[in-house]
Amino acid sequence: MTTALNPSVVRDRRFSRIAALPFTRIGASEGAARGSVRAIREVFQHRELLGLLVRRDLKARYKDSTLGFLWSLIRPLTQLAIYYVVVGHFLGAARGIEDFAIYIFAGLTAFGLFSDTVVGGTGSIVGNAGLVKKVYLPREIFPLASLGGALFNFAIQLGILLVATLAIGHFPLSWRLLYAIPAILLLTVWGLAFGIALAAANVTLRDVQYIVEVVMMLLFWASPIVYSWSMVQGVTGNGVLLEVYTDNPVTLAVLGFQKAFWVGGSPHSFPPDLMLRMGIAFVLGLIALFGAQSLFSRLQGDFAQAL
Amino acid sequence: MAISEPRAARALGPEVIRVSSVSKRFVMRQDNSLKERLVTLGVAGRKHREDFWALRDVTLSIRAGSTVGLIGHNGSGKSTLLKVIGGIVQPSRGGVEQRGRIAALLELGAGFHPDLTGRENVFLNAAILGLSREETESRFDDILAFAGIGDFINTQVKFYSSGMYVRLAFAVAIHSDPDILLVDEVLAVGDEAFQRKCLDKIMEFQEEGRTIVLVTHSMDQVREMCDYVILLDHGEVIHQGDPAEAIERFREMLEQPRQDSDQSTAPEDTKGPETIVGARVQSPGVSPGAVIPSGQDVVVTVDVAGVAEASNWVCAIELESTLGQIAFATSSEWSLGAPFEGTPDRFSIAFRLEQAALAAGRYAVNVSLIDALTFEHLDDAPQACVFDVVTPEPTRGVVRIATSVDVTAKG
Repeated sequence: MTTALNPSVVRDRRFSRIAALPFTRIGASEGAARGSVRAIREVFQHRELLGLLVRRDLKARYKDSTLGFLWSLIRPLTQLAIYYVVVGHFLGAARGIEDFAIYIFAGLTAFGLFSDTVVGGTGSIVGNAGLVKKVYLPREIFPLASLGGALFNFAIQLGILLVATLAIGHFPLSWRLLYAIPAILLLTVWGLAFGIALAAANVTLRDVQYIVEVVMMLLFWASPIVYSWSMVQGVTGNGVLLEVYTDNPVTLAVLGFQKAFWVGGSPHSFPPDLMLRMGIAFVLGLIALFGAQSLFSRLQGDFAQAL
Repeated sequence: MAISEPRAARALGPEVIRVSSVSKRFVMRQDNSLKERLVTLGVAGRKHREDFWALRDVTLSIRAGSTVGLIGHNGSGKSTLLKVIGGIVQPSRGGVEQRGRIAALLELGAGFHPDLTGRENVFLNAAILGLSREETESRFDDILAFAGIGDFINTQVKFYSSGMYVRLAFAVAIHSDPDILLVDEVLAVGDEAFQRKCLDKIMEFQEEGRTIVLVTHSMDQVREMCDYVILLDHGEVIHQGDPAEAIERFREMLEQPRQDSDQSTAPEDTKGPETIVGARVQSPGVSPGAVIPSGQDVVVTVDVAGVAEASNWVCAIELESTLGQIAFATSSEWSLGAPFEGTPDRFSIAFRLEQAALAAGRYAVNVSLIDALTFEHLDDAPQACVFDVVTPEPTRGVVRIATSVDVTAKG
């Protein structure tokens, strides 16, 4: 394209274009707020790349396997089967909960989004060491790509959940469906906050990724996925302990999801003011996200060397 | 065909990179796992942390259209400086300002994923280098043509040969239309034909007013391409400016430890009484130690001692260029027609190299005394002395042949 033009014309045009540009400062220590705004802007500029990275991760995960991404469904479906049979029927948890399978799967899907985002995010910088060391990119793009991948899996599981509710004839068509929105927002915001912060920490302390796996296990059982909230209430009573248990953002999101997609259950199955609690947790989540991004910015200057 | 202007006259544009008092410190801690930190409560880590200053107070200004070379020892901070300019590493002190689209070629095919096809990788790599999807699509055919891998573009990259891989990666990088290109020794990969292709493209870039910042170990590349050279040592800028001067300073820095180690091995290593006492180079009309214009007689005088007992020996000299190439070698036998026999204890042998048509550069003289019958080396004095040759026009290689050019119009 430019070979048709005289090189010195090209050169002069380039010089005049550059002369009109302002200087951008790299490596400036700026205030945390301005830093976050800049990070968001840069990630937005690279949104096409973000999409390509998500696609790359998804393709790479199931490369050369015959079932392909179906494997990402087999795990939650197997978990569902196990919990339904063992916890539900052998241990009898299903007795107080109708449509137990839907109940579990709603919780599993919600938790899966959080868990995939955090675990994927934690390893994202280390996993993309090649790029981090050799190219200038806003590094937040890597935990965000993990979120992208997690959302993709989440969407598929959600589809299955809705098909299942349709199959048993209890499709959740009511205003309660609205609870899904704050739930998803909660999971995204908190998942991203942890994902970004842990991604940075994992670069220097590689133990972090193993700790995260253990913590995810704990968090799974700390949310009413395979048992009901009212069972916890029955054990702890209505005191501080219940409040602490309930106000865990993941718990709130799981409860929100159940309220949205699980038709069974009375109002007593859920804590009071669920929407309000979710709102507060969301605001706190935004603050956590802001803090995580500031931490990330501060640590990211040395990523290239530590990897 | 593009005729490049003589380097001194290459037009320069506005400032594109401004490095102000940049210092970079790397903290190397010994404890990098949680267990180690917990066990000593982080104290051992803090006590044993080493501060390594990769860059110390570097200030530079680079103008559009210039080709800047960064040279120095391994560990002098060249790659770190390049990464700071590219925004990949953040300075501990000071700052960098830049404008224009910048592409860092620190590794060819950064981001190439083995399981994606060549086509998918082109789009991914182009996005990484800052191109939008439309821009990549419009250049896709050019990239394909430059890479020359044909239908393999639709196969997964893991099946590519290393040559194809490198060609595709370079094709993408070169079409990313940067205003500033940062190159870290990647031109050292690939075969000769490919390197030639790279260099041609770089020259095209220079004419188009793009700025290139290049880290290299090859003084040849520096001489050919750069019009501004920065010499770094242990993180500090030792010299910035004229390429020839910078290369000289660098050579001096490299020779110092070598001369020091040479002196420690010299005279004691002789096997017999025959010794090369020393050598010196002179040229008529040139004061000792000054540069010798190419084409003049060069007289290499070798002082030897202890050869009274020996018979049938020759003295051989080699002129070695800085790249280790032997420009010229001769021996006294070849010139005189016969070896020496039964001679006084000390004397000098003067080799007069008539009208020595050497290329510009520094030459070292290696001297050897060799037994004419057994070819055993009686004494060796590698790099016994050095001299510099200068030519009116730039040269490459080891000879300088006066050339005249005649242009005739056809038809």
